[in-house]
Amino acid sequence: MRLAGWTQFVAAVVLLGVAPVSAFAQQSHNGQDHEIRSDRSIAGRSAQWPAWEDLERVVTLRDYNVRIVVFGTTLLGCAAGMVGSFTLLRKRALMGDALSHATLPGIAVAFIIATYAGSEGKSMLILLAGATISGLLGVGTILAIGRLTRLKEDTALGAVLSVFFGAGAALLGVIQQMQSGHAAGLESFIYGKTASMGMADTQIIAAAAAVCIVGCVAFFKELKLLCFDDGFAGSRGFPVTRLDMGLMALVVVVTIVGLQAVGLILMIALLIIPAAAARFWTERLGRMFLIAGGIGAASGLLGAGTSALFSKLPSGAMIVLVCTSMFCVSMVFGTARGLLVRAQKRIRLNRTVDRQHLLRAMFELLESHSSPRQPQSKHAISLDALLRKRSWSTHRLLREVRRAQADEMVEWVGDRLKLTRRGAIEAARLTRQHRLWELYLIHYADLAPTRVDRDADAIEHVLEPEIVAELESLLERERATVPASPHRLNGGNVTATPTETGGR
Amino acid sequence: MSNWNWQLDGWIVLTGIFCSVAAALLGNFLVLRRMSMLGDAITHAVLPGLAVAFFVSESRSSLPMFLGAAIVGVLTALFTEWIRRFGRVDEGASMGVVFTSLFALGLVMIVQAADHVDLDPGCVLFGAIEFTPLDTTTIAGIEVPRAVVVLGSVVVINALFVVVFFKELKLSCFDPALATTTGFNASAMHYLLMVLVAVTAVASFESVGNILVVAMFIVPPAAAYMLTDRLGHMIAISVVLAVLSAVLGHVAALEVPGWFGYRSTTTAGMMAVVSGVLLLACALFGPRHGIVTRFVRRRMLALKILADDVVALLYRLQEREDSASADSRTLQSTLLTDSLSMRIVLRWLQRKRQIEVQENEVKLTNAGEDAARQLVRSHRLWEQYLSSHASIDAARLHDKAESFEHFTDRVLRKELDQATGTPTIDPHGKPIPLERSEES
Repeated sequence: MRLAGWTQFVAAVVLLGVAPVSAFAQQSHNGQDHEIRSDRSIAGRSAQWPAWEDLERVVTLRDYNVRIVVFGTTLLGCAAGMVGSFTLLRKRALMGDALSHATLPGIAVAFIIATYAGSEGKSMLILLAGATISGLLGVGTILAIGRLTRLKEDTALGAVLSVFFGAGAALLGVIQQMQSGHAAGLESFIYGKTASMGMADTQIIAAAAAVCIVGCVAFFKELKLLCFDDGFAGSRGFPVTRLDMGLMALVVVVTIVGLQAVGLILMIALLIIPAAAARFWTERLGRMFLIAGGIGAASGLLGAGTSALFSKLPSGAMIVLVCTSMFCVSMVFGTARGLLVRAQKRIRLNRTVDRQHLLRAMFELLESHSSPRQPQSKHAISLDALLRKRSWSTHRLLREVRRAQADEMVEWVGDRLKLTRRGAIEAARLTRQHRLWELYLIHYADLAPTRVDRDADAIEHVLEPEIVAELESLLERERATVPASPHRLNGGNVTATPTETGGR
Repeated sequence: MSNWNWQLDGWIVLTGIFCSVAAALLGNFLVLRRMSMLGDAITHAVLPGLAVAFFVSESRSSLPMFLGAAIVGVLTALFTEWIRRFGRVDEGASMGVVFTSLFALGLVMIVQAADHVDLDPGCVLFGAIEFTPLDTTTIAGIEVPRAVVVLGSVVVINALFVVVFFKELKLSCFDPALATTTGFNASAMHYLLMVLVAVTAVASFESVGNILVVAMFIVPPAAAYMLTDRLGHMIAISVVLAVLSAVLGHVAALEVPGWFGYRSTTTAGMMAVVSGVLLLACALFGPRHGIVTRFVRRRMLALKILADDVVALLYRLQEREDSASADSRTLQSTLLTDSLSMRIVLRWLQRKRQIEVQENEVKLTNAGEDAARQLVRSHRLWEQYLSSHASIDAARLHDKAESFEHFTDRVLRKELDQATGTPTIDPHGKPIPLERSEES
């Protein structure tokens, strides 16, 4: 099942990888036709490898324009990553989505008002103010719907997003008919206009990024508490609602300046992806916060740089794609929750558990053959008996036997298995742990003896030596003897079912 | 309505209706399964699918586009699920990662082909429903806009899907685990739904744009959800609301800008706005779950309880000294209420002839005394019952009885009376009045 999922995953990744390549191939196929056209088109150069001078120019940031764009997107990515890590942990990742759509009517209304007031319609500050007001209105509506009606948060998000955006589209339809001023500049709010960012835009971005970073750092403790346990934060006297609003305000600020730079959809990506990627590397919020900022900044830098090199790659989209590839790398290789690390941990745990089950099963079988207190390790056990002892497949059992053999825990005697001296000591230790825990459960947790086996089975693999020592002192057992099992042994218990066939 | 032209506007409205109904039919299940944002995600994410379809087929014909979009739509759902499961990322975040990445990929691909594609992202977002009547095909001798044909068939497919799999969809909405144990594949239903969502999205935004379809996936079903508790009714209501928003939306797009001296505006945008207005109305005035309705109902209950408290208080005063009365200010301060509520309640009781007010002194009438006696009897019977049968602490008896007394009718009183062995005094030593005064 899991394996099937993986092959699907790989296949899909390959498929998606092939798609853009085929796009390029298509293009080169039409190459000659294209050459002629490209004379007319402004952005007509096809995606060819840039000359060395171009590369040098971009890498050393010699070009003023490139410098401004790269600086702006880097700062933006950093701020968005930092704010995003809080919203991600607060499970509000898609709030940025709804919010950025909700800014459209505000922008349109601001444009109309500004035009009627006689000032230049595209005056940046008025548009930003309009965007902020309607963004906050959208967030307020979402929170109100969530609190007052029985609609769930996702529905509230979707409804606000589409209705506000629809209203914005309707207003844009009106604006297009206005005589004075033309609405062309408004489009950049939706698609972004990274390549043509000016000094003023970068200054606004820098200011907003500074506000966000300072805000996050100054209220780090409060926001942390808000993300992990808002109920506790409230009981400690923190103003939870105001903090929540503050966090949302930071999201609004970063989203609105970002709209200009990378466009609406791609701004959402910057809020979500760096934070989600950072989550794979650490379990600590402080580090996650820094890593997310770093990933966001790196995506801004690399994305804008790539876009400056290849004139046909739109920078907003490139920033996001760089971000996405970092996410994929983090998801696979992340040191805290990455797929590889988790798979390795799981395999290791499974092996430990299998080993312990094998040894304990052998110990119990031997025990039932001989006198209870002195298991005689010279007795050998048939595979059949072991198979009956637990519900494991022959394949799995044999694999574990091979591993135990490599560690010199068991050895074959003909077609029967036998514990080595080392294996016997280990098996005795494990069985002792298991039974100590069973006894503990019976004495202190008042569990019925018939039920303790499974409970102990679940926990025996993770018992630390200190806990075993504590159990010993609690149960007043002297060291190094294996207590008798407090319940009848199950499975192919030879005492209970002397004949081999009677096991079932 | 001066510039209404059936030849044009009729087709536009019909396109809008088909798009809205197709989306709303599926949207019910998205809303109920808390996947509302998936509609939004898929509509954005299909962009690379469209681009690849274009590159492969080198045309804007519908079939490859549908295929490309459906494949990417399902991939979106798959990726989201994988990232959520394997990466243990929150569902919303994994959706955000997937659809923004796919959108960016699609954007890059489209820009590569910008010279020979007229896949305008603006057209994808806002759509051009106004121009649908211009692109026609001929069916059975009648010239029909292509969008109407395409969307009409999507409506039929979606309706068939909902009708045929109604039981399965219902079960997998409310209890996927049970659905799996009863032997049909809940995740197969899930991906079938995703395919249809993707197909609907593509069919719609080719003609009417992205906003409208996202709005129609969510808003009419959400509004219907505010109105009813039954899935069948919810689907029917959402379809009606979708049709309403399409028709009213187009009318509004033609009319509303006229009030401010402009010509018409984007129809798709106005349809979304109208659906939003309908949602607001349903959320406020829904018969059971509406905000205003709930507020009014709560207020009415509070007033009814206050009225009960007033007559019961007067009765208790009478018990202490015959023919007692109180002025409204004393009542107000004793019952801890505001003067407005008190005035409303007193007027109401007067109208019901349970009290009479003389020179600002409030007195019970005979009818009022009967009502009050029954209340006090309920109260004290409850106290007796709670202390003898539920062994509730004596200090807490009064509060419990106080809240039960308003909802106790004659039959229940009789049962309480029998259960406690027809007592004459309550645990506090006060007499329990009889049901009727004549019997005393």
